[in-house]
Amino acid sequence: MSRLVVASIGPASSVQDGGRHGAQRYGLTVSGAMDRLSLAAANTLVGNEPFAAVVEIGPFGATFTAKDGAVRVAIAGAPRNADIAGRPVAMDTSATLKDGETLTLGFARSGAFTYLAIEGAIRGELVFGSLAVNARAGLGSPYPRPLQAGDEFSVDAASGAPELRIELPKPVSGPIRVVLGPQDDEFDDANKALFLGSEWKISATSDRMGYRLEGPAIKHLHGHNIVSDGTVNGSIQVPGNGSPIALMMDRGTSGGYPKIATVITADVGRLAQTSAGTAFRFQQVTMAEAQDEARKFAQLIRNLPDRLRSADAVALNIEALSDANVAGYAVSAVDAGTWQVAAEP
Amino acid sequence: MAATLPPPRLLPSGDSAVTVEFSRTIDDAANERVLALDKALAAAPIEGITESVPTYRSLLVHYDPGKIGFDALGEKLLAIASQPLPPATKARRWRIPVAYGGEHGIDLEEVAKALNTTPDDIVARHVAGDYRVAMIGFTPGWSYLSGLDKSLHMSRRQSPRLFTPAGTISIGGVQAGIQCLAAPSGWHLLGRTPVRTYQLHRNPTFLTEPGDRVTFFAIDHKTFEELDRAAEAGEIIAEQVVA
Repeated sequence: MSRLVVASIGPASSVQDGGRHGAQRYGLTVSGAMDRLSLAAANTLVGNEPFAAVVEIGPFGATFTAKDGAVRVAIAGAPRNADIAGRPVAMDTSATLKDGETLTLGFARSGAFTYLAIEGAIRGELVFGSLAVNARAGLGSPYPRPLQAGDEFSVDAASGAPELRIELPKPVSGPIRVVLGPQDDEFDDANKALFLGSEWKISATSDRMGYRLEGPAIKHLHGHNIVSDGTVNGSIQVPGNGSPIALMMDRGTSGGYPKIATVITADVGRLAQTSAGTAFRFQQVTMAEAQDEARKFAQLIRNLPDRLRSADAVALNIEALSDANVAGYAVSAVDAGTWQVAAEP
Repeated sequence: MAATLPPPRLLPSGDSAVTVEFSRTIDDAANERVLALDKALAAAPIEGITESVPTYRSLLVHYDPGKIGFDALGEKLLAIASQPLPPATKARRWRIPVAYGGEHGIDLEEVAKALNTTPDDIVARHVAGDYRVAMIGFTPGWSYLSGLDKSLHMSRRQSPRLFTPAGTISIGGVQAGIQCLAAPSGWHLLGRTPVRTYQLHRNPTFLTEPGDRVTFFAIDHKTFEELDRAAEAGEIIAEQVVA
């Protein structure tokens, strides 16, 4: 066994996985990674199950030190500079810390959450099948709270497997897609149009429970109190002040504000990775389109192992990289792993 | 054969959940239909449903759109929901001990004053109630009860408290509640129970289920301390009555 010690870490960082399902009927919050695709990508790189427990790292930097042996890790999600003892580590690749070496992660350059998967996964005591931290309910393992310097994980000694990178499809850009409802009939056409047609920004007061949206005030037809009903990840509720809140992974299981729309499953992680202050829009899609996207998203995660490549092959992309630079796109060689030339399967 | 019931509304909650809405208001008859649909789905699961969450007036059904689409699932749910309700089965009944007033129920005197009566009378009316767990939500084990005596209906506090203790027994609007964990609340605090409706390392972790019946009985503050120690040690101190 090796240990991975948290040498330093910023706020909003915790152990997360696929979440705690099956007990919402008892009021138990689901929790889990804010960006499931990046969670699954990081885990796939080190041979873990896609929704195994990882460290979800908030927008600030963090450092981790290997003790009592080597530790193999992978990073995916919000891009940031990373190195192990001065050797650069690209996003969407695996890398190994030798005993005593430190992995240093900088601030997120965009987005919010980066996922650090550890070969063999984080171990702890499962509650409803999950190690995910839910600080409000005191749940999560090995630490039922955000991580702090000095915390450590007992992990497998590094296998010595060759390092990999994963070729993820080009990130979808453009609006965050929603289906209207369940309470869109609590808003008139003008206010639905205002919601769908306006530019929004995520407030700095957002957290894993909800993203507060800054933009025009949305007015209700019959007031803001409804009898509580169930919520989902991506429910967009409109409280009395008219400022919508997108409910995220630490949401309460029920809520009493009208929900004008729901972010589609495939875009919840994209919303989670939208930085505070960045302007974006919503776009209405049909239920058929949303379900089609949800099925594709699930298939993408299932087939992530097909997207693994040897980490050495990054070098072969240099030519393509310089083409891209000539074409006017600034592409960092350090981040070559996040930059795609392969066509989507 | 009994006539079929009016169909509920199917409200899309994104691409992986649907809200089956029986009423827009708090309504016992609607809640009975919510719980009946929930029970029917547990007894004869529909392929693709991953979880269902009963509330006062609707059942939120989570599903995997890779296994079943919105239209196909909606049709099945409507078919089940329009069937006549099965004859009432014996519900589990819990007798929940409560230490009323004093440090455990800091709003009892104020509630009595607002309703022009004595604290003892408020306790008597609260204890006389025959409640049903309509839903569990907000925080783990927070059991929302229907069946509050009409004379105890009163609007919530103007400003919610940021902290109310674990085990709080409170009323708000037309609802009564058993709160398990410390949490913010705008309800009126009548007392505290040593019963944990949620306790992590106990079997069962969750004591109450939607549909369970609940009655309260008063205990003194010394008994509260004794029962609280037993509950902390994992004992189930709520009395279960087979109706």
